Amino acid sequence: MKTTAGDPTLLLQLRNVTKRYGTFVANDGVNLTLEQGQICAILGENGAGKSTLMKTIYGIQQPDEGEIIWNGDKVAVTSPSVARNLGIGMVFQHFSLFETISVVENISLTVPGTLPELAEAIRQKADEYGLDVNPEAQVHGLSVGERQRVEIIRCLMQNPKLLILDEPTSVLPPHSVQQLFGTLRKLSDRGVAMLYISHKLEEIRDLCHSAVVLRQGRVTGTTNPRNASSADLARLMIGQDIPTARHAEAKPSCEPALKVTDLSYENPDPQGESLDNVSMVVRPGEIVGIAGVSGNGQSTLARLLSGEIKLADTIADQIEVFDTPVGNVTPGKRRKLGLTFVPEDRLGRATVPNMSLSDNVLLTAHRAGLVRKGLIRRRTQANFADECISSMDVRSRGRHSIASSLSGGNLQKFVLGREILLKPRLLIVSQPTWGIDVGAAAMVRQKLVDLRDTGTAILMISEELEEIFEISDRIHVMYHGKLSASVQARSVTAEDVGRMMMGEFDQTMRAA
Amino acid sequence: MTDTIIFILAGAFATATPLLLAAIGEAVVEKTGVMNLSVEGMMAFAAAVAFGVTHQTGDIVLGFGLAVLASTALSLVFSVLVLGFSANQIVSGLAVGILGLGLSGLAGRHFENLTMIGPGNQSVPVLSDIPLLGPILFQQSVITYLAFAAAFLTWWFLGRTRQGRILKVVGEDPAIAHNLGFAVVRIRLFAIIFGAVMSGIAGAYASTILTPGWSDGLIAGRGWIAVALVVFGTWRPLRIAFGAYLFGALLLGDLAVQAMGFRIPSQIMTSLPYVMTIVVLAAVSRNALLIRLNAPVSLGQNYRPSK
Repeated sequence: MKTTAGDPTLLLQLRNVTKRYGTFVANDGVNLTLEQGQICAILGENGAGKSTLMKTIYGIQQPDEGEIIWNGDKVAVTSPSVARNLGIGMVFQHFSLFETISVVENISLTVPGTLPELAEAIRQKADEYGLDVNPEAQVHGLSVGERQRVEIIRCLMQNPKLLILDEPTSVLPPHSVQQLFGTLRKLSDRGVAMLYISHKLEEIRDLCHSAVVLRQGRVTGTTNPRNASSADLARLMIGQDIPTARHAEAKPSCEPALKVTDLSYENPDPQGESLDNVSMVVRPGEIVGIAGVSGNGQSTLARLLSGEIKLADTIADQIEVFDTPVGNVTPGKRRKLGLTFVPEDRLGRATVPNMSLSDNVLLTAHRAGLVRKGLIRRRTQANFADECISSMDVRSRGRHSIASSLSGGNLQKFVLGREILLKPRLLIVSQPTWGIDVGAAAMVRQKLVDLRDTGTAILMISEELEEIFEISDRIHVMYHGKLSASVQARSVTAEDVGRMMMGEFDQTMRAA
Repeated sequence: MTDTIIFILAGAFATATPLLLAAIGEAVVEKTGVMNLSVEGMMAFAAAVAFGVTHQTGDIVLGFGLAVLASTALSLVFSVLVLGFSANQIVSGLAVGILGLGLSGLAGRHFENLTMIGPGNQSVPVLSDIPLLGPILFQQSVITYLAFAAAFLTWWFLGRTRQGRILKVVGEDPAIAHNLGFAVVRIRLFAIIFGAVMSGIAGAYASTILTPGWSDGLIAGRGWIAVALVVFGTWRPLRIAFGAYLFGALLLGDLAVQAMGFRIPSQIMTSLPYVMTIVVLAAVSRNALLIRLNAPVSLGQNYRPSK
């Protein structure tokens, strides 16, 4: 049924859209308008209802109340195929490609046509928008950047009028981000409107024409991101100013907690990251940040330090924790020395996705009196989990929640809380605020500074330069498996570190 | 000697037929991510029904029809449990399988140890007169031709058609398939019913054509061999057909060797088909990448779309 119910000059109007899950209201009376060619940011913390709203527009689920008006006509988007026929495409955060078939076969699932026709059409679109994609490639062999290009091309094949992008840059290395933005601007010039979900305020200011802010399922503000500062946007998102981490001068002691000497590692996987003569020292009471574009050896370094990769016995002393050579021992033995580690993958490496929070506590905290004579002490375990949840303000349905049911930010707070409760003497943390919202990120950073002030040595690997500057005392930069000498975070400028991230170490080292 | 070889190679087709039918059906079911372990029970129930009906009415087509209805009815019970209530697939499959075995005993109670004369084989004109190949390939039952045709059709369907790709990706990741707008539960239901139809034909063939007669336990593990063939054939229809034929040939080879009076312990000969089929299929399918590309990733996992 079509009734002319809205302004026909607008592409999309949402009126009073409400979606409930049981008693939980995910979207509460959301209104939104979108013109042709407009790029509109959807901002909000994890759990603010952004993804729910996008799924409603794309027809994956139906709203309980309210209406969707498309080109002036009220429409019922009952399934994604209805949405696609209207001209709505969606690029999912965790891609919706199947790994066991080729690019063109994936696209054939939703786009009509024979495989040779589609392959030709894909090549044309790829040329038109500068998206490098081979239609015959098998998806399991593609990088994340390539997969995203396939997703975008799949949407473009249907000549969409509206493209929904769910955190498209969260998986991309920085140089791919600019490439993506180029494509999106070209689409916008041709009249394609976009709804762009992201946490990254700088990106939104760079790309988007307007921004709608969601908080607890409601629209709390609409603004022009180009005129608003990042702090303004953040305030709309979390309802208060974001606290920046308080950060007094470090008072490191002299005895190193972690000492790495001339550590080289040849990765057996030819595509993997190798290390070249890495040396550094981390002392109790300081935070040492390792900056650098991802893929320059940081993940290999983290695995070598945590013990996931072991060194040969003869070079075990290249990694020393409190003067004990540990290069050749297991993660468990390193943890006995007071080391704890928070990896960048929260699901699968830091936690077991299908286990409850209280069982996930056991993974590393079994040393903290949770196990006696091989049996789990249920009450101690429960207390530990509860303390972890309350001390870090982990929003969940209690310790029995399944790890994978938590949002990224809350799970990261849980993982960090678990390691902090172990009272580490040395904490190694990789990408502590990757993909989590500003409120949770601010809290995580403050907890790291607090931990430092109790005398813990902290090594933080992060791609976010702002974060490195906010809480580090000294900064190293990784580039092509090499580690720069350290610079003092308070005296170096972002430009200097930016140059080091492009591999210009030597001049900076002379300067410092 | 030539006669023996012809006996083995031709008989292998007949022996392989019920295994192949059931395995192709199960492969399609598993390709959508559903593990239906009630194949043995569905085959047994269908076999009892087919024999009973054919014996009483003399109408083998009616026998096959009701047998297929019987196995489909069992698979609907399985579907309600697994698709409707998200019950564990393994347990549900085993339970429905046991139910099927029980029903087969009940349905076949009055026909225990009866036999009848089967419909015989169909010779393909002209082709069956080719020396050697003629008797091996072209003097088989209609159902045997159907089974091998089904293997080829399924191979073509899964590998070459859009519908087949949709079926396959539902088994790789049902959540993504749902997000793209495919009706995961309905596709899985159709696959389960297809599997049941194939199991039904397989069971009916076993009791009315292969060995026309009924006694409790007639299926004797063929359903389980079919399930194993699917896995060791890495979910690829042509590999499965090869495995089923190999199994049939080895089984008949055993009889031939015993008849010729070779002094090989019978235990070794009896176990040979099982061992050799697994070894050979595992050896030809040991490419890890191909296994990863063909194995349904979500096998055994239920999926219910959120509303």
